[in-house]
Formats: sequence, C-alpha cells, structure tokens
Amino acid sequence: MIAFVFRRLLVAIPVLLLLVVLTFVLMYAAPGSPFATERGVPPAVLQNLEREYGLDQPFIVQIWTYITNIVTDFNFGPSFVYRDQDVNDLIAQGFPVTLTYGTWAFVLATLVGGSLGIIAALRHNTWLDYLAVGVSVGAQVLPNFVLAPILVLIFTLWLGWLPGGGWQGGQWQFVILPVIALGTSFMASIARIARASMLEVLSSNFIRTARAKGLPQRTIILRHALKPALLPVISYLGPAFVGMITGSVVIDIYFSTGGIGQFFVASALARDYGVMMGITVLLGALTILFNLLVDVAYAWIDPKIRY
Amino acid sequence: MIRLTALTAVASLLTTTAFAADIQPGDTLAEDQTFKLSVLDQYKTIDPQLIEETIGNHIARQLFEGLTRQDADGNVIPAVATGWTTEDNQTWTFTLRDDATWSNGDPVTAQDFVYAWQRAADPNTASPYAWYVELTSIENAAEIVAGEADPTTLGVTAVDDQTLQVTLTQPLPFFPAMTTYSTLFPAHRATIEEFGNDWTKPENMVGNGAYMLDAVSVNEVTRLVKNPNYHSAEDVVIEEIEVFVVNDRNQSLTRYQAGEFDMMDDLPAGTYPALEAEFPDETHSTPRLCSYYYAFNFTDSGNEALQDVNVRKALSYAVNREVIVDQVLKGGQSPAYNFTHEATAGFEMPEIYYSDIAYNDRMEQAKELMAEAGYGPDNPIELNLIYNTSDSHRAIATVISQMWKPLGVNTVLSNYEWQSYIDIRGEQNFDVARSAWCGDYNEASTFLDLVTTTHGANDGKYSNAEVDQLMADSRTMEDPNVAYTQVEQILADEMAIIPIYHYTQNFMLDPTIRNWPMNNVENNWYIQDIYRAAAE
Repeated sequence: MIAFVFRRLLVAIPVLLLLVVLTFVLMYAAPGSPFATERGVPPAVLQNLEREYGLDQPFIVQIWTYITNIVTDFNFGPSFVYRDQDVNDLIAQGFPVTLTYGTWAFVLATLVGGSLGIIAALRHNTWLDYLAVGVSVGAQVLPNFVLAPILVLIFTLWLGWLPGGGWQGGQWQFVILPVIALGTSFMASIARIARASMLEVLSSNFIRTARAKGLPQRTIILRHALKPALLPVISYLGPAFVGMITGSVVIDIYFSTGGIGQFFVASALARDYGVMMGITVLLGALTILFNLLVDVAYAWIDPKIRY
Repeated sequence: MIRLTALTAVASLLTTTAFAADIQPGDTLAEDQTFKLSVLDQYKTIDPQLIEETIGNHIARQLFEGLTRQDADGNVIPAVATGWTTEDNQTWTFTLRDDATWSNGDPVTAQDFVYAWQRAADPNTASPYAWYVELTSIENAAEIVAGEADPTTLGVTAVDDQTLQVTLTQPLPFFPAMTTYSTLFPAHRATIEEFGNDWTKPENMVGNGAYMLDAVSVNEVTRLVKNPNYHSAEDVVIEEIEVFVVNDRNQSLTRYQAGEFDMMDDLPAGTYPALEAEFPDETHSTPRLCSYYYAFNFTDSGNEALQDVNVRKALSYAVNREVIVDQVLKGGQSPAYNFTHEATAGFEMPEIYYSDIAYNDRMEQAKELMAEAGYGPDNPIELNLIYNTSDSHRAIATVISQMWKPLGVNTVLSNYEWQSYIDIRGEQNFDVARSAWCGDYNEASTFLDLVTTTHGANDGKYSNAEVDQLMADSRTMEDPNVAYTQVEQILADEMAIIPIYHYTQNFMLDPTIRNWPMNNVENNWYIQDIYRAAAE
C-alpha cells in the first residue's frame, strides 16, 4: 500500500510538468497580450514591461525559470495584471475562501445527498422514494447560475435575512448562500448515484444470501450493503471535492466572495499568464492528490481491491 | 459652462475654495457616514502613475490629490495648487498650498510632483499611461517616453517647496485641467523606493488625499478611511468608503435594492426605463464623455469598396440612430452624427448636413449613393464587422447589419474578447470595427486628436493632412472651436467614421446621499464633497 502511494506520487511529478508545459504552450498560442491597451503602449515601455516579466526570454528559458522558481522557492511569480500582487498572494487570499465554502458545500452535499439516495433506495417505489427523486432531479436541473440569483432575490431582497454577497472574513451569514448555491447540484448527483448503487447492491446475490440467513434488515444494510453501495459515490466524491474547493466561477462572480474560482476565467481573459499558470498547477495538484485519496479509500472499503 | 481657456485668468482668483462638503439648508447629517458603492471589477492598480482604467482612477482620486481637481460641474478648481499663472500658455507656474501633508505627516512639496511626473514618463517605470505625460506636451516628455532622454530632463522643476514650474513644447491653454488626472498626482518617493511594487498595499501606502487605504480584499471589497492629516479634513463628512466588486450587474442591482450599496453604475442593459419608472428619485442618467462609433478600415486589408466615399456615406446614412438609442439601449443616450461628445466643455456642436434628413429619405439617398458607386442588391459587398464580446455591442451590430441589408451589404459579424480584440483591430483585420472613445480630459481635442494620422487609437488608419494641420493649429488658436467645427465637417464630408451615439452614465444613487456631481461629464467624483443626510 505504501509502495503504491509512493509510486503514484512519483508519477504525479511528470504529470504536473506536462501540465505546466502544455498550459504554457496554449497560453502562448492564444492571441492578445496582457499588456495590450486600446491606445497602444509606447514601445520603450512595452520593452520594459516584457523584460520585467521575462517575456523577452526564449520560450524554453521562460518555462525553465518558471519551474525552477516553483521548485526552489515555491514562487509562482507575479500577476501580470495586478501590479502589487504575486500569484502566491492571490492564492493565499483566495484559496482559504474557496476552501471554506467548498468544504461546507461538500459536507452538505454528501450528508444530504447520501441520506436522500439511501432512503429512496430502501423505500423503493414509495412516496418517500418519489419525493427524494423529485427533489434531486429538481436540484439537478437548477444550475448554480440560476439558483444563485434566485437565492439572493429570496433571502436578501425579499426576506432580508442574509447578505447578497461579500465574505467579510468568512462570517457565517456570508457563507450560507454560496454553500447552498454550490452544493445543491452536487447533492442531487450524489443522491442519484447513491440510490442507484444501493438498489443494485440490494438486489445482488450476497444480500439475498444474508436475507436467507435470516439476518435482521438493519444488519444487512449497515454491515453488508452500505460499504459496496458507497463505492461509486466515493469515486464521484474525489473529483467533486476538488471541483468544490477550487471554487466555482459562478459562485465567486455572483457572491463576490473573493475566492480563486473567479480567476479561472478572469485570468484567461486578461491574459494574466502568471495567475493562469498558478491556478492550473494548483488545480492539477489537488486533482492528483484527491484521486489518490479516492483510490486509497477504495482499498479500505473493498477488500477485493489490492494494489 | 466655463471655457477652459478662460480658466487661466480666473484661476488665481480662486484661492478661497469650496473644499467642504457643503451641507444643504434643512439637512441634518446621518449618524452613519459610510459610503458603499458597487463596481464591476477589481482595480488593476492604484499606483497613480500606473493606472489605466476607470475603477483604479475612482479610488486613486480619493487617496491622492493633484495640483487641481474638479468641482461638481466638472470645472477645474485648485487642490494642492492654490493658483497658477502663465503668460503664453506654454510656461506655467503653480503655487502650492503650504499646509498640504502626506498621510504620514510629511509635507507635500513641489519636488513630490517633479518626482511623480518623471516617474510616470520613465520607461523603467513601465507605465502603460506614460503617453499621458507626452500628451500634456511637457518638454522632453516624448523623448523620455521613447527612451531617448533621461527622465530628469523633463520640463518640470521645483523652484522651491511651494512653487512648481512647467515648460511645454507648445502652448496648451487647458494644461491645468490635465493635472486633475491621476498620472500627474504627486508621489511619496521614500515610500516607493522602500517598498517597490508593494508600496500600494494598505500597510505601506502613503497618500495625500482625503482618504487613506485601510484594507483590500481582492475581488471582494476595498475599504478607505478618512485621512486625519488631510489639509481640509475637518470639512470631510463621509468617514469611510467601501468599494465592493460585483462582476454581475444584475446581482449588483438586486443588492442595491436590498440596501447593501448606496450607489451602483453600469446598470444592466435595457433596465433603465423600468427602474426610472419605479425609483424616479434614485435612477439617474447623466451625460458621459464617451462616443460610440464604427471605424472604417482605410488600409489595403479592408474591403476596397470602403475607399469610395459614397459607400461610406451610404453606410452611415442607413444607420438609424434613433432606433439604436430608443429601442436597443434605452438609457437616454443621444444619437450622434459627429464625433465629439455634445457635453464637452466649450464645444459648439457643428451642424451636420445629414442629421436633419428624415430617415426614409436618407435611406433612399443611401441606395442611390451605393448605385453610384456601382454596388447594390445585384452587386452586393461583404463586410466583416467586428466587435468585442458584449450583449449590447452584439445587439447594435445585429440591428445595423439589418439596416445595411437593403443597400446590398452582407455583413459578417465577428466578436472577440477584449484582449484579442485590441490586437485584431490594431492590426486592421476588419472592414468595420466597433469602437468607442472616452475623453481623457474635458476638451474637444481629446476626441478629435484620435482621427489624426499618428494617433495610437486611430485603428482605421484614417489620414487627412488637412485634419492633422487643423488639429495642430487648434493648440494656439484664440478660439479652437473654429478648427474643431472644420474638422467635424471634414469627418462628415468624408465619412471618416460612423458616429452612432453619445454616452450617458446610468446609475442608481441612494436618495439620502447629497451633492453627487451629476453634471461632471467625466464622471469624476470626490467623496469628500458628498455627505449622507439623515432620513426624514
């Protein structure tokens, strides 16, 4: 097991390197420059700007400098757009925000979605099942860019209970709406996956055997059915968690949280090479990490899986 | 409206000034003097010499104070300078107030301006707005910006701590007006040299404005608090300013209605009439110094039909501006037949010959002009119309392409996001390009210079020796309007561009906020002038 984890982490290094190189190439292939302005920047100024950000160096040298700075100093370089901000500063400020609302959304989605799915499966074809399916389908068809403004209309404008945006250091009033807006569709997916997989497990041979042995329903569910039923849910949760904690463009734009999700789009549009690279590397590293955690969790849950 | 050329005479009289937030009779001040506003984007920088966009400027205007600033009507009034004199509009002497201090207590001196202006022009500072120093015609600015002269040779000297002398390469009657802009704000040398790029962080920043930077949370909120060291601090009523970033305008509007903001601008497209009807006291539409136009590509890469003035005229005649402002934009904008915004100070609107012709007649004339040029439904031309991605630009382009259809013009619409768009338009990869220009200062030359041959934003590469000469001459003319009117007539005769509309600023403002500068067409507000009245 330890050897497996070690091997996977070792493979992650070339994967990340490849990601950096590919993103760099794509970035350069895109038209436009971070310094382009409507009137045009004076040539001598442009030259200095390019020198300041190392854009006058050959392509290979730029990639090499970028990678060595990360490896030796953990320095992701400056933002090309915000003159007084480093990529490290921006991530240090924005990531805790997304991590906070992302984690809460994850907890909410997993607990509510998981219970909803399992209850629906256990009460298959009863009103409880229909209700659970109805709720999850409803939540699924409400994308967060529709849900977010609706929530603000209801809770901010009409009821006046919660602020319509901002973060204020993560006070609870400011966290609730982003968590609901982000978590709802994940919750729906989890509910559907959990229900389907629980139904499948409940109709499998070993459960029939357990029933035949005369085991009480509670033991059958908790000791035999639950673990295998959770496998598909867990493989969904890994990437879903990364998706939630690296933030959502929609949540950041609609709720002005100051999270890093907004940079995904904004940095690409503004050709902020530094921030674009930093966010990509962060997202790539987190994805690799959580996929690994999912694989480890698999081995723990399913004894058939050996690494 | 005060003519800018007259300012030089009156300026020295204006030594007693209205710095105070004048409380209107019958108003009592509200207890809470926090002003909250919503802006569309995070500013890129608030380093005055580096600022290139509106939101950074709005904030810098509160944090710093230049030689001059503007009053509620956009007139230039003394700020750090108490007065200025000139004999020939070319050599200017500014007298600085002796009680101006930086937020750390240091005195603001003439040397701080010299340092800042040299810094702005110095290519090593790498300011995207270095050209602004060049635009002011300060001696050697052009050479310094081009990297050919040392920044210390800039034509600005500190005669003593309170006297600043500026030498220009040509007479410029509106030079004091140009010092209201952030590029020419003073800078605190010791702070910048100590902290480098980090000097604009709240813990390091030293400014000389009515407010100080308190806290910044990128993409969320920027907080400013009153500067106790400001020379007129006792007259500043608003204690705290919170600038919230809300990328989505509809969301911003909902939050404004829920009372989270006192002010929001850039109302979502098309919402103005309904808001105006529902909240007449809070919804405002005021002129804003920007012009929307379509540029023709005059180079070889453009459709050759556009070289024919009849084709250009036909395309312009066929654009029904009333439909665009009344049906598409609905924000009180005015239809444009000339380039310079109608609200520009001292500008006399020219009579443009085709503006009075009824649209149907104009359309008939357009068809005839096309026929004369050898084109029409039987021999159509295809035009590549480009615009930067935005709902309203798309709507306008779609409507105009329909208006052009009867002329035998097939329009291909292409949109690009902004950073690509600037490149594509700057490289003349278009036939017709959506463009807009906002005045850098309140004088017609800020618009009309754009159609001169060498201007950096003349993306259609229009070139007319007469226009170039007139604009050069206008600098020294007693009444430059004579030149401006002639230039506008040439633009209309040659149909150098298609003027479409003149902008308005559409915004919501809480009714308890008083003294908002409604008539400042450059949208330059100074929070130190406003206050919140107690609700009745």
